[in-house]
Amino acid sequence: MATTAEGFDAHHEDHAHHDADHKPGFFARWFMSTNHKDIGTLYLIFAIIAGVIGGGISGLMRWELAEPGLQVMGQVVEFLGGEGTFDQQGHMWNVLITAHGLIMVFFMVMPAMIGGFGNWFVPLMIGAPDMAFPRMNNISFWLTVAGFLSLMFSAFVPGGVGPGAGVGWTVYAPLSTYGAQGPAVDFAIFSLHLAGAGSILGATNFITTIFNMRAPGMTLHKMPLFVWSVLVTAFLLLLALPVLAAAITMLLTDRNFGTTFFDPAGGGDPILYQHLFWFFGHPEVYIMILPGFGMISQIVATFSRKPVFGYLGMAYAMVAIGVVGFIVWAHHMYTVGLDVNTKMYFTAATMVIAVPTGIKIFSWIATMWGGSIEFKSPMVWALGFIFLFTVGGVTGVVLANGGVDDNLHDTYYVVAHFHYVLSLGAVTAMFAGWYYWFPKMFGRWHSEFLAHLQFWIFFVGVNMIFFPMHFLGLQGMARRYPDYTPAFEQWNHIASLGYVVTLVSVAVFFINIVYAFVAGRKPEGNYWGEGATTLEWSLSSPPPFHQFETLPVIQDHHSSDDHISPAPAKG
Amino acid sequence: MNFGEFARKRLQILTILAAAFTLFSAPQAALAQDAESVADAAVVAEEAAVETPAFEHFGADMIKGQPSFAEDGLVATMTFQEQYSPNGDYALWMHDAILLPIITVISVFVLFLLLWVMFRYRRGANPVPSKTSHNTLIEVIWTVIPIIILLVIAVPSIRLLAQQYESPPEDAITIKANGYQWYWGYEYVDNGGFEVISNMMPEADAVSQGLPPQLEVDNRMVVPVNTPLRIQTFGADVIHSFGIPSLWFKLDAVPGRVNEKMLTITEEGIFYGQCMELCGARHGYMPIAIEARSKEDFEAWVLSQGGTIGSGEVAEAEEVAEEPAEAEEATEA
Ligand code: HEM
Ligand SMILES: [Cu+2]
Ligand SMILES: [Cu+2]
Repeated sequence: MATTAEGFDAHHEDHAHHDADHKPGFFARWFMSTNHKDIGTLYLIFAIIAGVIGGGISGLMRWELAEPGLQVMGQVVEFLGGEGTFDQQGHMWNVLITAHGLIMVFFMVMPAMIGGFGNWFVPLMIGAPDMAFPRMNNISFWLTVAGFLSLMFSAFVPGGVGPGAGVGWTVYAPLSTYGAQGPAVDFAIFSLHLAGAGSILGATNFITTIFNMRAPGMTLHKMPLFVWSVLVTAFLLLLALPVLAAAITMLLTDRNFGTTFFDPAGGGDPILYQHLFWFFGHPEVYIMILPGFGMISQIVATFSRKPVFGYLGMAYAMVAIGVVGFIVWAHHMYTVGLDVNTKMYFTAATMVIAVPTGIKIFSWIATMWGGSIEFKSPMVWALGFIFLFTVGGVTGVVLANGGVDDNLHDTYYVVAHFHYVLSLGAVTAMFAGWYYWFPKMFGRWHSEFLAHLQFWIFFVGVNMIFFPMHFLGLQGMARRYPDYTPAFEQWNHIASLGYVVTLVSVAVFFINIVYAFVAGRKPEGNYWGEGATTLEWSLSSPPPFHQFETLPVIQDHHSSDDHISPAPAKG
Repeated sequence: MNFGEFARKRLQILTILAAAFTLFSAPQAALAQDAESVADAAVVAEEAAVETPAFEHFGADMIKGQPSFAEDGLVATMTFQEQYSPNGDYALWMHDAILLPIITVISVFVLFLLLWVMFRYRRGANPVPSKTSHNTLIEVIWTVIPIIILLVIAVPSIRLLAQQYESPPEDAITIKANGYQWYWGYEYVDNGGFEVISNMMPEADAVSQGLPPQLEVDNRMVVPVNTPLRIQTFGADVIHSFGIPSLWFKLDAVPGRVNEKMLTITEEGIFYGQCMELCGARHGYMPIAIEARSKEDFEAWVLSQGGTIGSGEVAEAEEVAEEPAEAEEATEA
């Protein structure tokens, strides 16, 4: 059918509809993809695989921590071919926590949020046919995959006491320089270089797309909040990642080429590494949550059938969070020996961040206030997000106090804090987005029942895992320990049981996917109805392979919260 | 694969060589050590005969700073450990009286609002949504009230910081905690500069003495009670962190720099801590045990370790001559 003439003809306007669904063959489509929706799907699949591996690793960790003593690490070491000496077990533990952290941050949350949902919905929401640089989009994805492979590879090459990089996701020098012989840490660092390069390219792509390819009439102040959130995130990536790249490149040269950036014996300073890392690291934690903020705003508005309350405030709160996020990094370093003025400054600056964060939470509630709320699964996940994120946010305010943090830094309290904002915040937002857009992306309905069921099991499970960690932290249990004194047993035991509950919810998640593809109904274009007002809802589900070949126009009667209603009848 | 195997073989040969060398040299080394330890023992015995410092370590009944057990009551396992330093008292007050109530109220308030809108504005109860999307007054309120709350927090927070950074008085006792992979060394800088090497006590031994496993050590860091201590930390290889929850004290031990902070312990007893910065394979097994004793006991212990009291003794005679300022101190003391 695709004769040359027809293929050429297809680019003519009058054939556009007919050809919008013309797809390339399997290999070209999935391995050489330049289509933002396919790349988005690839990112989502990749994130799910990475999430399963990272989650499996945390299973080993919770199993080890279920009771005092070393029970599991020895088996893991032996399984991987080591002898299982005491030190090898301790090292294996460090390898697992390192892999868990790096995988979840760089290969699960970021690819899913930005690569997955960002790729899929930024072009759709701004009425663009694709991303600005489709080929660069492809290389961004495959660089991320290559980075992941490099990290996996690092687990099987020597890294000191045993194979793998056991230096923590923060890769602090000098543990990561002369404290870890062998190529494992080099591969882990290289993995971050690759993933970081992919993210920087992705960020430039998003910024260009959002600035240049918005549909006619869509001003910045009419842009959906999800697009705002990705825009701010992209800027954070663009400014923060090069600093990480510099820091880990200095690590590499310290390790391999005799430089001494972080080695006091040569005039260097280990604390310099921490400053560089956290200058990246704090913006990074907001990179992981901002797209979630955006999704929650869309979802809450949709299911309340009400415009987002304080749209401009919401948009600029994210900008403020992004800006302030760059000047609070040393709150991760309160115990390194900062002087008193530095510590006071970072205490004050860190507390400032809580203000725009609070504005967002109250605005979501105000959006629902007076609304007509329908409890579809995305909304239930979004409500869960708002509460769980609040709990994580308030413990952040406790940690912000440099003098109080002295007793909490590097304890399980910090672990509880960041899992409430990430595992219970960002991940919950991702599930909300998943169920909001699943039928749109894949053209099949998931089971709403299973989606609700998954929420409730997940909610119970993760709270069981992470709430007791506050207590452990207050009691002084240090993080990154494979073992503990018997006094800590009771809460650790509950946390490990919580892991099992959470595992059930993950099973429900996968069953739901299978259900959708086997038996799911076909959704309409705008299956959420009246409240769903952004441009992706003007398209079929799934959207055509190439959409918006005729650009949609945002008219004067449209606002930030409505891009698709027909013009009101005149007179 | 091939290369890997080749490399592994090389390594194996090296290992075998190393092992052979060790085996070969072991007897000699053992002999040498024996000779040394015999000599050491002689010295110790001699000293003991002269000074006879009667010093006995505290037992399990004097443990003050350790995590609570379920038997101590549920609430005890959910909060901070009891505090035994002035900074700890203030910080604990700040957490319990200010931070915890505020964050609890905020969380409950948000939860309540959520439940209320879910109930009041569910589709069944409110089929027609309002179209309000702005209200400047409410937006100003929810910006200003959090700012006020943060100011309320900031005041004691800044005070706490100022208090934590008070510099130790001149007569504070300086103890340097050196972090090694994977044990601590306590250097008594003002008492002749001897260093106590402190390893984790084997868990079975600890249990048999009724001491907490993984927290107890073979040699505790003995310090005087109610005396300002100038704690210095230093990392000998990688970064470690000297953390004791019941004293609200945590300071990283960093290679290439000496960190310093004042600590005063207000009660006699044993206070446990652990390394709080990832430092390699045995990061979980380098605990800290501080034993706070009366001044007399402390001095007796120092002497039993071969240290000196005050600055007038032999070891510091030269320094005294060099530094007149210190000489004055010495005569005062
Ligand atoms: C209300 C706003 C927040 C404040 C005031 C805050 C404050 C802090 C502070 C002071 C620490 C350092 C604790 C320590 O190591 O001793 C910390 C750690 C952390 N926070 Fe937050 N935080 C906030 C929100 C968030 C959000 C939104 C995220 C991510 C979604 C996040 C992720 C993290 C992570 C990952 C760490 C630990 C990093 C590590 O040490 O491995 N925080 N936070
Ligand atoms: Cu931070
Ligand atoms: Cu350590």
